Amino acid sequence: MTINTLAKGGLHREQMSCFRKMEKVIVAMQDPDMGMKMRNQRLLITVIPHAMTGQDVITWLIQKYHISEEEALHLGEMLVRYGYIYPLKEPRCLVLRPDESPYRFQTPYFWTSTRWPATELDYAIHLAKKNIRKQGELMEYEKERYSQLHKRINHTWDFVVMQAREQLRASKQRRKADRIVLECQEQAYWLINRPPPGVQNMLDWALERPNNFSTQVPLNSDYYKSEIETSRRALGRNRVKSSVCLEGFIKYSEQYQNHDPIMQGCLPSNPWISDDIAYWTMNSEIVPVPTRLRVERWSFRFMELLSDAMGRREFMTYLEKEFSAENLHFWQACEEIRHGESSKIVEKVEDVYKNFLAPGAARWVNIDSKTMDKTLEGIKWPHRFVMDDAQMHIYFLMKKDSYPRYLKSDLYKNMLAKAVVPQETKKSVFPFMRRQRHSSPSPAQASAQAAEEDGRAGTNSAAGSHF
Amino acid sequence: MVSASQDGKLLVWDTFTGNKLVAVPLKSAWVMSVAFAPSANLVASGGLDNICTVYNIKAASPKTLRELDAHTGYLSCCRFLSDSEILTASGDTTCVLWDLETGKQKMVYTNHIGDCMSLALSPDMNMFISGACDSLAKLWDLREGTCKQTFSGHTSDINAISFFPSGNAIITGSDDCSCKMYDLRSDQEVTDYTDATLNAGVTSLALSNSGRLIFAGYDDFNCHIWDSLKGEKVGVLSGHDNRVSCTGVPADGMGVCTGSWDSFLKLWN
Repeated sequence: MTINTLAKGGLHREQMSCFRKMEKVIVAMQDPDMGMKMRNQRLLITVIPHAMTGQDVITWLIQKYHISEEEALHLGEMLVRYGYIYPLKEPRCLVLRPDESPYRFQTPYFWTSTRWPATELDYAIHLAKKNIRKQGELMEYEKERYSQLHKRINHTWDFVVMQAREQLRASKQRRKADRIVLECQEQAYWLINRPPPGVQNMLDWALERPNNFSTQVPLNSDYYKSEIETSRRALGRNRVKSSVCLEGFIKYSEQYQNHDPIMQGCLPSNPWISDDIAYWTMNSEIVPVPTRLRVERWSFRFMELLSDAMGRREFMTYLEKEFSAENLHFWQACEEIRHGESSKIVEKVEDVYKNFLAPGAARWVNIDSKTMDKTLEGIKWPHRFVMDDAQMHIYFLMKKDSYPRYLKSDLYKNMLAKAVVPQETKKSVFPFMRRQRHSSPSPAQASAQAAEEDGRAGTNSAAGSHF
Repeated sequence: MVSASQDGKLLVWDTFTGNKLVAVPLKSAWVMSVAFAPSANLVASGGLDNICTVYNIKAASPKTLRELDAHTGYLSCCRFLSDSEILTASGDTTCVLWDLETGKQKMVYTNHIGDCMSLALSPDMNMFISGACDSLAKLWDLREGTCKQTFSGHTSDINAISFFPSGNAIITGSDDCSCKMYDLRSDQEVTDYTDATLNAGVTSLALSNSGRLIFAGYDDFNCHIWDSLKGEKVGVLSGHDNRVSCTGVPADGMGVCTGSWDSFLKLWN
C-alpha cells in the first residue's frame, strides 16, 4: 500500500456520501412539522428538553420510509453507531433499543463529517478538561491515552492545559441544563471518534491511497531499457487473435453452465437452502454410482477425467483392457514426485526408473528417444521436475490416443447411462423454518472470548437473513 | 473455511453447521492473509509481521509447523500448492515459493516495482499471477521463476486477482474502482467492468465455477456481481455494515462468502 499522509479535508469517497445521506435523514427527523415528537428528560431536578425514545425513532423511520421493523432497527442502529443520535441512559452502549430508553440528536457541531478528522489536540483538550473536572478520576484507557498524548504533543502541552481551563471556566457560566447537554454531546462525540479498547471503531478505514505511482518510479535510462526489453519480448510472443480467445471463453462458460450451482442450481437441492446434504454425499470422492453431470464433465477435457478419482479409476480399467495401463501408472507416479515431499524425491525417482524407464522394465513406457535420453541424464541429479518432459509426452500420448477412444467406448457409454440424475427434492408444504443463525461457542477458553461471543451472537441474528 | 481477523484469532469453520472447529491464537494480530492447504491439514497466515506461519490443524491442538521468515515487507497473500509448497506475495515487491519441509525459499520472483497485493495459481499449477501496487498484473512461470507476461491498464493498485476457470484469462480488481479481464493467449485486455455510479475501490474478487459470474467486493460495503462475458452488472449483495474485505467461492461452487470490516462473514446463495 503506498501510504500517504492524509490531506486535510481529503476526499473520503464512500464514507462521506454515506454521512451525507445519514444527515439528510437526521434533518428530516428534526423537522418541526413532519419530524419526531420530542419529550423531556428528567434528570433529578433539571429537565432537559428535546429527547426521544428508541421506540419513537423506529416508528418514525417505519412510517417515513415504509420499511420493515427489522430494517428500521438496523438503520436506527447505524445512526447511533455513527454518532448522529446518542443514548442518554447508558452512553457507552451504542445500541438502539426499541423501547422507552431516551436518546437525543447530536448537534451538527459534533457531527463526524463537520469536524473531520478528530485531531489529537482536541482529544487532548477534552481529556485534560475531564481530568481537571474529575480530579484525576479518568478511566484506565483514558489515563493511558492521556499520558501517550502528553508524550507525543508535549511541545503544545501548555496550550492544551490553558484551553482546557478556559473552556471549563466558560462552561461554568452556563445554565446547568446547557452544561449537562454539552458534556453529553462532547462525550458522545469522543466515544465515536476515540472508541474505548474492545469496541469496534466505526470510522476505521485504510489510509488514503492516491494514485501517484508514476512519481515513485525513477524514469531513468535503466527503466526505459527494461521497458524496451519487455516490449521486444512481447512482440516475439505468439499471440492468438482475441476474437478466437473470446469465443473460447463463451464456449467454456456455456459448457460449464449446467455444472455451475450458482447459475443453474443443483439437484437434488442446494444443501445451504434445504439443509439436506444429499448433494454432497452423492458427489463425494468415491461413490458406487456417480452423478450424470460428473460423468459428463469427464468428456469436457482430459484433465477433468484425470483429476477425478473415480474418473481415473474408470480410465485405468479401460487402459488395462487395451494393455496400455502403464502410461497412467507412470503419469501418476510422476505427479507424486512433483507434488510430494522433497525428502522422498530421490527414492521415488529411483522407483520410477526401475519400473518404467529401465530397459526391460516390467512396465516400460514408450517415450521417444530424445526425451528418454534427456530424462536419463537428468536422473543422475534427481530433482522435483526431472520427470516433467517424459510425463508431458505420456500425457499427450494418452490425450491424443487413448482418451478419445475411451470416450467412444462402451465402458464410458455404460457409465453415462448408469449415472444417476438425482430427483429434485420436493419443497416441503409448510414454509420451511430458517435455520437458527447464531455463532457456536468458540473452542478458545478465555472468558473475555465468551463475553465477546455473546455480544456477537446478539447482533448476528439481528443482521442475519440474506438468503 | 478458514478466516482470520485483526483481533488476533484464526478460526477454522465448518460452514454448513456454523461451528468453529479450531481456533488458533496468532502471535501477531496484524494478519492480512490466510490460506487453506488442498489437503485440509494445514493453514497459513501472515501480515504485518513479515512472517508466513504455517499451522497443522489436524493435530490434537494446532501446532505451528513452520515460520517462513525472509520477507522484508508485509505478507499480503499466501496460497498453498500442496502440503509441501507455498507461495507468498509480499509488500517488499517479491513473491516467493517456499519449501515447507526445509522452511527455505525455493524461488524468488522479482519484477514488480510496487507492493504485491495478491496472487492466484493457475488451474494447471504451472503458472501463477500476481497483482501489485504498480498497477500491473504479471504472469510467472513457477519453475523458471521468470515473468512471462505483464498486463497494464489499471490506473491504481491492483488489490485482487484471479484466474478464469479455463486458465486462459485473468480477472483483476483495483483501487481505480474497476475490474478488468486480460486474455493470456492474446496478451491484452479484453473487458473492463466499470460503472459510473461505482465510486469505491475493489478489494477482492471471486468467480463462479463456470466463470460466468464475477463477485467483486467493494469499499462501498457491497459485493457487486458482474456478468463476465457481457460486461454488465447483474446484481448486488448488500448486507455488510463496513467495507467488504474478502470474497470467496468454494470448490463446489455452491455459493459466495464475503468477509467485511464489520467483523462478520456472510454466506450467500
